[in-house]
Amino acid sequence: MSKTRLNRSDVLDKLMKVRGNALAIAGLGSPVWDLAASDHQPENFYNWGGMGCAVSMGLGCALAQPKRNVWVITGDGEALMGVGSFATVANQRPDNLAIIILDNEHYGETGMQKTHTSGGTDLAAMAAGAGIPTTMTVYNDEDLSKLTNALKSAPLPLVASVKIENTKPKLVLPSRDGVYIKNRFRQAVLGSTAAMHVT
Amino acid sequence: MAEPWTKAAHRLFKKHNVRTVGYVPDAGLTELINSCNTDNDIKSVVMTTEEEGIGLSSGAWLGGEKAAVLMQSSGVGNTVNAIASIVTSCQFPLFMIVTMRGQYGESNPWQMPMGQAVVPVLKSLGMHVFEVETDEEAAEAIEAGLKMAFVSNAAVAVLIGQKLIGAKSFIADVAEEVINVEN
Repeated sequence: MSKTRLNRSDVLDKLMKVRGNALAIAGLGSPVWDLAASDHQPENFYNWGGMGCAVSMGLGCALAQPKRNVWVITGDGEALMGVGSFATVANQRPDNLAIIILDNEHYGETGMQKTHTSGGTDLAAMAAGAGIPTTMTVYNDEDLSKLTNALKSAPLPLVASVKIENTKPKLVLPSRDGVYIKNRFRQAVLGSTAAMHVT
Repeated sequence: MAEPWTKAAHRLFKKHNVRTVGYVPDAGLTELINSCNTDNDIKSVVMTTEEEGIGLSSGAWLGGEKAAVLMQSSGVGNTVNAIASIVTSCQFPLFMIVTMRGQYGESNPWQMPMGQAVVPVLKSLGMHVFEVETDEEAAEAIEAGLKMAFVSNAAVAVLIGQKLIGAKSFIADVAEEVINVEN
């Protein structure tokens, strides 16, 4: 039951400065608008649905692209729904996967009901218990610097719960067309030929 | 004798470049899981729930690789929203092998309802469903399904019938001895 500290768009902007060529998968809801606002590009996959699957999607992508870093950027409610995936990720130990949870302790899309993290549930501790080697909770700018450093140099996989203010984000909306979002991502990552011809 | 379906599945995964296999175990999947676990060219991923398989498979495709998802029939219920919301909305390929319970010769009544719901549930999601009851049918359906999934962006489930797997016997498979308590 921590006091939320950071502004979500500041957090995204600081993270995106160290993104490098990481692929990004956004979990449904505000993290999609946050990612689109801060660093809209073809190597972003925006989930408009499928709550609870962002981490497993990130794992699949990280295993398929071992030379690229993959960042999952999602919310606390979305992460809680698929929290078993922390264990699945820990068992696979992909050294290129980071899971960054924008934790406002509320379900932002459904009327700002409290999530379990507002009642004492600690996502970083759950991730550590699942066997994730690098975990942290980020409350302030100093912690955020530790996270940006960890993203560059700490052993991955990593799970970070970033405590953010419970404010409504700007609605910066990417395309809602899932086929387009998927194909654009694949073209950017694989090139046009490999993206459209199956071997 | 026909090639056992589990051997055919592993052979066809290799032939069609399936590189990731996500699974929640089932007794009927044991041989296939073992062959994937010992294959260095396949990333074998044990999952906490079948829903993860839908994210895993879609993420693998985003990264340019093919994945297959293995589960028992009761696990189908855990995949429904992920299939509808992610696979259908984005036309992701999906290839699942489902070993059936609650069917031919079932001895656990709690398996019956979900087992019987698998076909209508998957069909209501628009999936292509192939029900097989022999090794030959299974191999044929797995090959057809892999092509449909990854070349035609289809969502395919091959259901391995209990007639082929054999209905689970508690006495033989689980315990040395069975004692029925008085009610």
